[in-house]
Amino acid sequence: MNHPTPDNQARQISLLQRIPLAFSAFFSILSSPAVAARVDRLHRDDASAARPAPAAPVAALRQATPDAALQLLALLQRDARLIDFTEENLTSYADADIGAAARIVHEGCRKVLREHFTIAPVRAEAEGSRISLDVGFDAGAIRLTGNVVGSAPFKGSVSHRGWRATEVRLPKLAASHDVTVLAQAEVEL
Amino acid sequence: MSTTSTTSTTSAPRYAIGVDLGTTHCALAWVDLSASDGEATRHGVLDIPQLTGPGQVGSAGLLPSFLYLPHADELAPGDLDLPWPAAHDFAVGDMARARGATTPIRLVSSAKSWLCHAGADRRAPILPSDAPPEVQRVSPLEASTRYLAHLRSAWDHAHPEAPFALQDVTVTIPASFDPAARELTVEAAKAAGYQNLTLLEEPQAALYNWIHNSGGQWRRDVKPGDVILVVDVGGGTSDFSLIAVLEHDGTLELHRIAVGEHILLGGDNMDLTLAHLVARKLAAAGTTLDAWQMRALGYACRGAKERLLGDSELAAQPIVVPSRGSKLIGGAIRTELTAEEVRSTIVEGFFPDVPASSRPASRLRGGLTQLGLPYAQDAGVTRHLAALLGRQVDATIDLAGFVRPNAAQASFLHPSAVLFNGGVFKAALLAERTLGTLNGWLVAEGAAPARVLAGADLDLAVARGAAYYGYVRRGHGVRIRGGTARAYYVAIESAMPAIPGMEPPMQALCVAPFGMEEGAEVELASQQFGLVVGEPIQLRFFGSSVRRQDLLGTLLDFWQPEELQELGDIRATLPPEGRSDGNVVQVRLHAVATDTGTLELTAVAIDGDGRWKIEFDVRTNG
Repeated sequence: MNHPTPDNQARQISLLQRIPLAFSAFFSILSSPAVAARVDRLHRDDASAARPAPAAPVAALRQATPDAALQLLALLQRDARLIDFTEENLTSYADADIGAAARIVHEGCRKVLREHFTIAPVRAEAEGSRISLDVGFDAGAIRLTGNVVGSAPFKGSVSHRGWRATEVRLPKLAASHDVTVLAQAEVEL
Repeated sequence: MSTTSTTSTTSAPRYAIGVDLGTTHCALAWVDLSASDGEATRHGVLDIPQLTGPGQVGSAGLLPSFLYLPHADELAPGDLDLPWPAAHDFAVGDMARARGATTPIRLVSSAKSWLCHAGADRRAPILPSDAPPEVQRVSPLEASTRYLAHLRSAWDHAHPEAPFALQDVTVTIPASFDPAARELTVEAAKAAGYQNLTLLEEPQAALYNWIHNSGGQWRRDVKPGDVILVVDVGGGTSDFSLIAVLEHDGTLELHRIAVGEHILLGGDNMDLTLAHLVARKLAAAGTTLDAWQMRALGYACRGAKERLLGDSELAAQPIVVPSRGSKLIGGAIRTELTAEEVRSTIVEGFFPDVPASSRPASRLRGGLTQLGLPYAQDAGVTRHLAALLGRQVDATIDLAGFVRPNAAQASFLHPSAVLFNGGVFKAALLAERTLGTLNGWLVAEGAAPARVLAGADLDLAVARGAAYYGYVRRGHGVRIRGGTARAYYVAIESAMPAIPGMEPPMQALCVAPFGMEEGAEVELASQQFGLVVGEPIQLRFFGSSVRRQDLLGTLLDFWQPEELQELGDIRATLPPEGRSDGNVVQVRLHAVATDTGTLELTAVAIDGDGRWKIEFDVRTNG
């Protein structure tokens, strides 16, 4: 404050300079509506400068931590060989060979899901049954499709019951554990 | 600790804890004593945190009974961290089993089977039995201690408000465990910090669980005169018990009247046999599997077996063994397991429909033997069952108040109800086959077929039943009585003149009669032994599960070979304190059935007040 910035210094205008400027501004505002509008805007800007500018309507996005994702990948690789399966080029194999490998992947994925998650349908109703959605239904859990018009209650049929993880039981990790190693290299001695 | 009131509230156990120390899995269940009343109990099973991989800790209801001893360079620091402070040179549980599959020389498995193997020194570091010299081996006792200590730490981690050491703990053992194995189990538990400890036989625990689950209904499901056969086929052992139902003053009583022999034969043998069958098929086609693939094959066979036994419509199930390298599709080995193979191998091989007169063969079977452990030589579970029932044909004769005497012409004891336990019976067909075979025997002798007592939880029944037993012991339900299931004898050289070329004749002296209830102590007054100070006295030790009538001090000159089983040697050593070496002290033998559930033999000096414990666990081969 005691040391005005060069920017502020440049704007300092002496009294002798200000008198002709005041008269010229007086007549410019009287004669020109455009100049009057600019001065008016200048006044209002000054009044609002003390308040913070209104926040732009941008919601903060969460960055999911990669640890849990890497951990799940490692589990899917260990029990279901998912990375091995996905990284392999299918073109040279017969469907029977791919099917055999798919059994390992399927069984392993199922084991991982059963062991580490409790998964329940979002809607208990059978698929195809008609339901009614009242005002304030959870749009995050239920997606409206097709002829989406009008207002709640919405009536429609369940085409997919949805899935919701009701419990997650991922193994706890030691502080030193490197989650980026999805599968250790194995060296047989 | 701070005030007397908190000390008094915390010193009374809040929970009854049941620990199933299994050959292949351990489990821990509890009953909240303060929140339970009569048949309304608050109970549960502890989720056991354990290493699932290096640096990863997951939780499961079962702790695989495996111990892995890693190489110093094998793991990074922190890889063996647990949620509680723990030793950093071994792993137990899931990770131990998985690691051991690829490095079997560092894996300890079946420690419990070693614990009851009288031919091995169970306190000596002998496991893994095929480890190279640089691996720091552990004793069967130490391995068991580590599993038990892990369970205790898991409990303390989950229940800091109710320390394990202050709770009432019941550890289960096979009914067939001999006094030495029982004592070693107690020793392992004590070393793991278990304080208020009781042992319970696993088939009894399974029956307690059934009673608990029935919520009082059991009184309508059994009636006086019933003989309940508990068939418990776990991962590594088969264990049978017979429990009679009596009525006394209008209330039902349960008496355990007999237990089976120790049979090292279980579900793992069955899966392994199937895996070898499939491996032979693959070998015939020119594909050989390594140890890692054999383990994967074992898992695949177990799954396929359960599907094939569960659905009679299925003719075959595909088996896929993944490659070990990253080429999954190119390297996977495909084959199949047919319903016919499962039927002939598992159903006919392990549960053959044999007559009641059949007995286990004692020839060696290839697929089952492994260096060291005395695996059952006959894989036929039903033949072992026939042998037990035949041996126990007279078990109810002297049972006071028993209202349904066995038929006069019966060749075996007729059970009227069956309780199945153990993971093997998840395949319902195997339970049906066992029941069908038994009922065939019963019908052939004109008896009514036995019924199944349903509603058991095959994997966790033993742990849950043990926890419930801790509750029942406080006067909240029916208890199974029966005392010790064997009479015990020591060998005494006969005074008869020796005949050249023949072993001197031996007599068997009964030192602890059949059915000693807990807390009972008997003194053998008729026989004195001279103990030489400083020199151990070693005696051959025998047990009998059929000689109910022998009294303390009974001297047998002659017995049937199958009546008495030799249990190894026992030994007493007099410390030379206050005596000079070579002196002879006259002692009498005392037998105590302890509250914990062990048998204790002591030598008590006739003059003076000396009292010396007799050791059961004696190495016979140096």
